Amino acid sequence: MIERISHNQLFQLILANIRELIREPGVLFWGIIFPILMSLGLGVAFTRKKDVVTNIGVIGQTHFRKITVPDDKLGNNTFIFQSLTWKEAMIKLKRGNLNLILEEKNGAVQYHFDPMNPDAQLTYLKLARVLNTPTSLGKATNSEILPLKVNGTRYIDFLIPGLIAMGVMMSCMWGVSYAIIERRSKKLLRRMVATPMKRSNFLIALITVRVMMNFVEAGLLFLFAWLAFNITVQGNVAALFALFIAGNFAFAGIAIFISSHTAKTEVGNGLINALSMPMMVLSGVFFSYHNFPEWSIPVIQKFPLTMMADGIRSIMTEGAGFAETVLPIAILASTGLIFFVAGMKIFRWH
Amino acid sequence: MNVEPIIEIRNVHKSFKTVQAVRGIDLCISPGQFVAVLGPNGAGKTTLVEMIEGIQQPDFGDIFIMGKTWKGNEKYLRHLIGLSLQETHFIDKLSVWETLRLFASFFEIGKDRCEETLNLIGLEEKRKAWVVNLSGGQRQRLALGIALLNKPRVLLLDEPTTGLDPNARREIWAILLKLKNQLNTSLVLTTHYMEEAEQLCDYIVIIDHGKILKQGSIAELLGEIQDLPVKPLEIRKITLDDLFISLTGRHLND
Ligand SMILES: Nc1ncnc2c1ncn2[C@@H]1O[C@H](COP(=O)(O)OP(=O)(O)OP(=O)(O)O)[C@@H](O)[C@H]1O
Ligand SMILES: [Mg+2]
Repeated sequence: MIERISHNQLFQLILANIRELIREPGVLFWGIIFPILMSLGLGVAFTRKKDVVTNIGVIGQTHFRKITVPDDKLGNNTFIFQSLTWKEAMIKLKRGNLNLILEEKNGAVQYHFDPMNPDAQLTYLKLARVLNTPTSLGKATNSEILPLKVNGTRYIDFLIPGLIAMGVMMSCMWGVSYAIIERRSKKLLRRMVATPMKRSNFLIALITVRVMMNFVEAGLLFLFAWLAFNITVQGNVAALFALFIAGNFAFAGIAIFISSHTAKTEVGNGLINALSMPMMVLSGVFFSYHNFPEWSIPVIQKFPLTMMADGIRSIMTEGAGFAETVLPIAILASTGLIFFVAGMKIFRWH
Repeated sequence: MNVEPIIEIRNVHKSFKTVQAVRGIDLCISPGQFVAVLGPNGAGKTTLVEMIEGIQQPDFGDIFIMGKTWKGNEKYLRHLIGLSLQETHFIDKLSVWETLRLFASFFEIGKDRCEETLNLIGLEEKRKAWVVNLSGGQRQRLALGIALLNKPRVLLLDEPTTGLDPNARREIWAILLKLKNQLNTSLVLTTHYMEEAEQLCDYIVIIDHGKILKQGSIAELLGEIQDLPVKPLEIRKITLDDLFISLTGRHLND
């Protein structure tokens, strides 16, 4: 029986792919350590409110050097004032060293900052309160600010589902298409199809091993996030699994389609970058896409990465189940199927 | 030759965008025959062999293997033939054994035959070595082993010894000669080396610019040298090389 299985070509293909993967030291770093480091870095940076030091440019002379506003809820705010000329101030502004410039004119303080820059606006609001200048924008006093500490609303709760989805996208797109293109350019594909190997088995093995690896990666990332940040899955775990598989399948299908023809890694890389970069920026992995213009949001929500990230997020943090996620699961699965079938149709084995 | 040919090629043509790689080749190969296809670079050897292997399709003409065309019989024929391509890189980080097992599984062949094959190609000691760490000669022997896994009726080898040193080349020859005495296998092999053709094969086909210039047994071909316009200086040094140069106007390894 065991001997029979070990003759099975799908089994041997899967085994070969697993061996190749675990014998590649880069996999361990990029697949497992890197996402954990990223979540650790970003999670700590955005989750624990630390003291904020803000540089303020002052045109002309100033007797202020430094003001610290103690705040045990939101973290201390320290303002450091620097006397500058306009020219120096502009350079520092452009370099991002400061985002607000003060000027005293006719006994009144004038604030110069870019109103499109939310950081600058925040600096203005905080500083205006300190300097006791009336502001129309910020009337809240510190006592009215109630920091939210519920699990599910922290940045790390937002980030981890996004990182899981992004990891799947990257792993599938790069891993699957690299394996295909490399085997094609080395004439191994051609050699394999000159045997009775079933062509679909070759691709199924490739996808299966990717999904297995992505499971391990996502599992470890989740484990880490649970230990370090106490993240939990509040919704339906089965729905989470289904969504995870559907997302893997979608990206693997896209990768097969992308690499169905070329024998040049550069072409594959270009196509993958062209597809994955916009999704990484727009799909709400690191920050919400609701900051983008109104008209673009319905478009962004149709990207596979958005669907997967939003879906995982709704299950993990909002407690969603199959009812809320059946649509993205179905769409992702059929995306994968369509690209897989189309890719197989035009696939160049020689 | 009244036996049914194992391979029959009828007026086969194949062009790529601007190149006519094969321009009307006819050839019959009988069971058990060892045939060398000789020709300089770009002669059309690979194109011809890959059409026999069913990897490329002819633009015109027919190819029959044991009376069957590739169309409609692919699954059946794939089990009957063994081949090695001119250049194939197997998976770098699989061992010799794992690579054999992988290819054996495509033919639904078990461990025992892999073990036999490993012995045949003399790589027992390299069983656990990764493909990436093999020498050129060892890699070619692995490729040959994979071609032999299914005990093929037809073996097609595209330049199995190109780039190997004389010793490594002789190791491959030894494996093939052993096969000639044991198995009921026909062989088509392409090569640049006259010596290889003489050592291994009973029938020689010389092609250039996609056409057969001469074919026959070594004795037949050497007999023809008498009639050549350019005569070798000393009769006792006559070899197939002389024939080749007078036919193509260039050396084999050019
Ligand atoms: N896929 C292809 N696309 C375009 N031209 C090709 C292709 N394959 C072969 N050719 C051309 O067809 C001709 C015959 O090539 P082929 O590879 O059959 O020669 P060969 O005898 O095997 O040469 P070599 O000894 O160098 O392996 C050459 O001119 C080659 O450039
Ligand atoms: Mg060739």
